[in-house]
Amino acid sequence: MNSATVRNLLVRGMLAGLAAGVLALVVAYLLGEPSVDKAISFEDAHSHEHEMEVVSRSLQSTAGLATGVLVYGVAFGGIAALAYCFALGRVGRFSPRATALLLSGCALLAVYVVPFLKYPANPPSVGDPDTIGKRTTLYFLMMVLSVLLAVAATLLGKRLAPSLGTWWATVVAVAAFAVVIGLAYAFLPVINEVPADFPAALLWRFRLSALAIQSALWGGFGLLFGELAERQLNPKPAKADSGRAVPAAN
Amino acid sequence: MAQHVAQPTATTPVVPAKLPLKAIAPWAVFVGILMLILLYFVGAEQGATSVFSGTDVHEWVHDARHLLGFPCH
Repeated sequence: MNSATVRNLLVRGMLAGLAAGVLALVVAYLLGEPSVDKAISFEDAHSHEHEMEVVSRSLQSTAGLATGVLVYGVAFGGIAALAYCFALGRVGRFSPRATALLLSGCALLAVYVVPFLKYPANPPSVGDPDTIGKRTTLYFLMMVLSVLLAVAATLLGKRLAPSLGTWWATVVAVAAFAVVIGLAYAFLPVINEVPADFPAALLWRFRLSALAIQSALWGGFGLLFGELAERQLNPKPAKADSGRAVPAAN
Repeated sequence: MAQHVAQPTATTPVVPAKLPLKAIAPWAVFVGILMLILLYFVGAEQGATSVFSGTDVHEWVHDARHLLGFPCH
């Protein structure tokens, strides 16, 4: 029975991730692609050796982009649904829907925003191909560290709650998270491989669009998965029971 | 009567029942690993490390990799 509940939540999580991926894809295509194209023009104008085109630009910016964003949405939807199964009823007095949105907001911060502030997204032509190994390792390290610390902070908050009360336990847990992340920011190596003459406004627009894509993904996921989870876990008793007469619970 | 049914959910928010860890664990292991493999192929394959030789995977998800924040090349 419980295993079936987990399975159903998982399936809903992956479907919600796919739908949120579609939303993120629209944002990526409309806001992100213009910056990618401009960055590639910059690259072409500045490099003497021309690389052979394995996949055409028109495919990369449509089908290729869609593949990447949708797979990313499904994968994180599944992982978030598993985290949700764990968080449900354990994080506090939140309804299934509110738990989903809370988890989604925390995931946006822990999975994306915190690593991004140290190692932000870079457009084509920013980044030395020789350091790809180091940059990939550091990026994934920062992501794993941030997620583990967010989980640890949540557990710390839960442990402190009986003695400090929910408010101060939350404040202390968030502060502890911020301090340890600050230390990681300070001690992990700095990476700056932006070419000196790369347009600052273009870099800024590219990074803002990267943030917008993730906000759309996680915001869409939280709302949609929350709705699906709420309906699965708290099915409406009967049609005759008019939900409109009752003030909204949350 | 309708009011009687609706009352508990409207006034007292029910804390959802916890799902036992034993029920979550098998799904978390199998599906969790599968999802991480998917993320690896979107985010890092044929960049820092390669399971398949060539650059087809890298080039195909090139734009997504840049816009999703992964180091690309």
